Amino acid sequence: MRTADLIEKIVQVGLGLAVFAAVIGLILFLADKAPKKAKDVVQLVVFLAPAIILLAIGLIYPAIRTSILAFSNKAGDLIGLDNFAWIFTQPDAVRVVTNTIIWVICVPLISTAVGLAYAVFIDKSRGERIFKALVFMPMAISFVGAGIIWRFLYDYRGSDREQIGLLNQIVIWFGGEPVKWLQTEPVNTFLLIIVMIWIQTGFAMVVLSASIKGIPTEQVEAAQLDGTNGWQRFTNVTLPGIRSSLVVVITTISIATLKVFDIVRTMTAGNFDTSVIANEMYTQAFRANEPGRGAALALVLFILVLPIVIYNVRILRKQKEIR
Amino acid sequence: MLPRLNRRVIITVAAATAIGLTLSGCVGDAEPELSDADCDTYADYGTFDGEEVTISGTIVEVEADRLVESWSDFASCTGIEIDYQGTQEFEANIRQLAEGGNPPDLGIFPQPGLYADLASSGFFVPAPEAVEANVDQFWSEDWKAYGTVGDTFYGAPLMASIKGYVWYSPAEFEEKGYEIPTTLDELNELADTIAAEGDHNPWCASYASDAATGWPVTDWIEDYVLREQGTEVYDQWYKHEIPFNDPRIVEAFDSVGDILKNEDMVGDVTAGLSIPFGEGGLPILDGQCSLHHQASFYEGFWGDGVEVAPDGDVFAFILPAAEADAPLAVTGGGEIVGAFSDSEAVQAFQAFLSSDTWANNRVELGGVISANSGLDASLASSALLEQSIEILQDENTTYRFDASDLMPGAVGGNSFFKGIVDWIGGESSQSVADKIEASWPAP
Repeated sequence: MRTADLIEKIVQVGLGLAVFAAVIGLILFLADKAPKKAKDVVQLVVFLAPAIILLAIGLIYPAIRTSILAFSNKAGDLIGLDNFAWIFTQPDAVRVVTNTIIWVICVPLISTAVGLAYAVFIDKSRGERIFKALVFMPMAISFVGAGIIWRFLYDYRGSDREQIGLLNQIVIWFGGEPVKWLQTEPVNTFLLIIVMIWIQTGFAMVVLSASIKGIPTEQVEAAQLDGTNGWQRFTNVTLPGIRSSLVVVITTISIATLKVFDIVRTMTAGNFDTSVIANEMYTQAFRANEPGRGAALALVLFILVLPIVIYNVRILRKQKEIR
Repeated sequence: MLPRLNRRVIITVAAATAIGLTLSGCVGDAEPELSDADCDTYADYGTFDGEEVTISGTIVEVEADRLVESWSDFASCTGIEIDYQGTQEFEANIRQLAEGGNPPDLGIFPQPGLYADLASSGFFVPAPEAVEANVDQFWSEDWKAYGTVGDTFYGAPLMASIKGYVWYSPAEFEEKGYEIPTTLDELNELADTIAAEGDHNPWCASYASDAATGWPVTDWIEDYVLREQGTEVYDQWYKHEIPFNDPRIVEAFDSVGDILKNEDMVGDVTAGLSIPFGEGGLPILDGQCSLHHQASFYEGFWGDGVEVAPDGDVFAFILPAAEADAPLAVTGGGEIVGAFSDSEAVQAFQAFLSSDTWANNRVELGGVISANSGLDASLASSALLEQSIEILQDENTTYRFDASDLMPGAVGGNSFFKGIVDWIGGESSQSVADKIEASWPAP
């Protein structure tokens, strides 16, 4: 590229931006000058149209198309429920659904429980901020990054070679033989689940910790005066006080877990019986060239996520009403 | 108000200057040097006054620079302006570009399947006579066939690579008196001898490669199908004229399984699935195994200070044929040039790319080889590439493209790999072949 080309390109970009600004300016000007009677309607349309058009192109149309694809074969002929029959009968596909269920049971429960316990124990302790930062930090790492880090932790080398995986090195220190962790079924699924828990615990901890601090001190003091012990205070004061936060945390993590893709893709690529719905959806649609099966899996995922989202929105709305 | 405005202006100007300076670092204003090349070589191609030819392909970075350098003399002598665009998305986008009526003049295709697909959709212009003459002169029939769709010849091959090398330590072979095997049976005998002598496994094996885990084994299977069953079965196999679970293919699986699924040969059979393919051969350097099957590109994986030469730290011999006197058959990869335009400048450039002059130019710059028989093997940048050129140029050598690149993506890029993972994990050859056959997309 020569300087002349570069200048030409910069001028092109500049011109494009100027034209864009001019068009927007004109539309806004016209909306402002609309006759008084229709002014509200015109302004409403002008400001809502971009969002609605983008939603229609980016969300509604693809959703409809995916739904149609889910009932079609590769040639585009409608084949009814065959793709869904495949999901729930083929042993490999059934395994994928089972794995997803294991994920969605383990991750929200364990990460919320661990996050809650941690939040309660460090509450009002010295160095609370540092303790919080330590657990929250994994949240800042992308799923792919976390997957790679943990893959190194679980890495395997033959017993005659130097280990580079921490877990296997520990096994060797205790006199064991190195284990092919990520190939050993069903342990491998749980080893992947640990990665997700590691990431999500920080989220649960931070939200719940804030919520615990919101419990009125009067209630806690009253309970103390009544002669309760720590456990009784936890179950009778703290838990009811943070109930709504707890629901939000569990549902949010459940949704994230249902959609998990990156961790499985980077760590095992779905091999060794570890695949989950989102990973299989990608593999079927883009590697195996079976868009119908991919779309059917996407639809199953959508149906699984939907009730949780609805429940979550309702809880959030209720909370707003209380405030 | 005023001082504040001034500050804003200053910041804006400063930012613009900084951006300008940074961006000017991206441009190479140096005009291409007027070469002192001897233009006599290019006289036959004619002269074109500044006519532009666009060419596109998957070759990027250093390889792309070398590619452009390989034709710079041609460009300056003929006056054709050649604009190369390299992108890894080339294969994904070229069809849309062609359908939109906006393709480059020439495309460099690493996948014969895609090439044939575009040719049969009528996007390519048949090759001009000069190209066909060059190909008849410099390339074997096998290669010409990959540029031919139906009965029409569309374009010449460009570069090539060879798979199916077996890496070994020349020092170990000399010390223990091992000979380079000349048949597959001899290879197995050699492995048995190494195993019997006992302090290490004969074969190193590793297949992990993220979503493509298992692909190194597909190269094994392809090599064995080609060597044990012959070219005819190989061609029928990737064209799906015989099913994937044909007994002859299962037999090739079993032959490979005798090595890769045998604890006496590779030690822990399933361990390879956890170890990245790039590390697979490295234990040869420590004397922990003796043989490793991997393509010629593995030369770049040995690390600094490891000498790859017949008398160096490591070297490779080609996986031998099944019978001692049988001609050698090798698998590999390569590129084919397809033309979307038939302007005279494009045809002249196409002819140049198929000539021995270009092949020598490019190989001299290092890193690659070509199957062009006019190529001077001594120009190759390493002993291994020189050996590869000699194999490719040998008239008796049969050459076949990597079958998994020729199969539909659903098989060659997915179920074949997954099948291999299951197969190494313990499933039988028959059941894995059945599964892969079931995944073959309906026509």
